Order: sequence, then C-alpha cells, then structure tokens
Amino acid sequence: MQVSVDPEELKRRIEAGIPGSSAEVTGDGHHFQAVVASPAFAGLSRIAQHRLVYDVFGAELGDRIHALSIKTTAPTEAAR
Amino acid sequence: MSESQISDAIQAAIAENPVILFMKGTPDAPACGFSARTVAVLQSLDRPFAAVDILPDPRIRQELSALSGWPTIPQLFVDGELVGGCDIVMEMYQSGELHELLGLDATAGEQAGEEEPAPGAPLTIENRL
Repeated sequence: MQVSVDPEELKRRIEAGIPGSSAEVTGDGHHFQAVVASPAFAGLSRIAQHRLVYDVFGAELGDRIHALSIKTTAPTEAAR
Repeated sequence: MSESQISDAIQAAIAENPVILFMKGTPDAPACGFSARTVAVLQSLDRPFAAVDILPDPRIRQELSALSGWPTIPQLFVDGELVGGCDIVMEMYQSGELHELLGLDATAGEQAGEEEPAPGAPLTIENRL
C-alpha cells in the first residue's frame, strides 16, 4: 500500500501550477477527484484542458497518485 | 519484441480501427473501474470497437503514453485521434457529443453500426505481432 496523499496538497499544486485556477479536490488518499476552473482553459479542447492538470503531476500519476479523475471548466465561458 | 515494434503495432492498430480503446483487461473482463465504465458506455452505444489490453506487457502502456501524450488508461481513439480517458468519454456521452463523434443519432440510438460490419473478437496487441 502506498503512502496516503492529502487532497489539499493536490489542490495547492494545481492552483500553483495553472494560472488563475481554483480547484476542489476530494479523495481517499489514493484515488482523487479534481474539479478545476481556470481562464487558462478557455478555447482549449477537453483533452488539452485535462493535459494541463495532468502535467502538474507528471510521473506521480499512476504511482504516488493512483488515480485522478478530472473535471475542468473555464469560468469566463460559464459566466456568459 | 522491441519498444519500437510495439510502438509501430500500436500506431497501426490506431490507424486501422476507427474506434479503438486501450484498456486494462478486456471488454468482457475489465481489470479497472475506469476501463469498465468506459467499456460500458461504448457497449451501450452499440457501435463496434476494437479493444487492446495493455496489461500483458508494461511496455504497451509506456509506448502508448509516449505516442498519445496522455498518462492514464483507458484511452479512446476515434478516427486516429485521441478522444480522452474515462472522464472525458463520460462527459461527452452525457452531453451527446460522443454520439455525434461516432456518427450516431443521440435521440434515436437505434440505428448504430449498420454501415460497418462489426469486427469479430476484440483484437489485442499481441495477436498483431
């Protein structure tokens, strides 16, 4: 069993890694769900949006972070 | 078998199959909840798809992710393009975008796959090599 990871750590790292983002991360220490909003997502495909989030964690995904489920929104689009 | 041969086989499989899912396990026996959910969505659409189990050789996943730039499994490709993993496939299914992408009518849901004969058993990367 891997060492448990605090969802708060993931939240802080996403918010630090993606400009202007706000993230809500829940999880059991191994499997996480992240809801991320950032103007950086505007105009990007879902693939590109999710890649930005994956890129924050790199090789930790599938290893230290066993699974990360992602939902992304671009707040500027939602506000219109 | 070398890494580059595996990579070539993956690229060939993606090129030859209009809808192909790289997953953990098989459609009949998925080995991961994310793969299971993605398979369930595809099966509900009644559209034939190829499936590749990435578990038999760790290099399959390694080469696939190197090609796609996508770190996680499953990965769905349609017409040679990466669509996404479980989260994106679920979102697109719920919004009707997946039906559109696969050339299905989201409202009717009956008229799937007539034009294309279903491939037989899902292929695996092994039987290509």
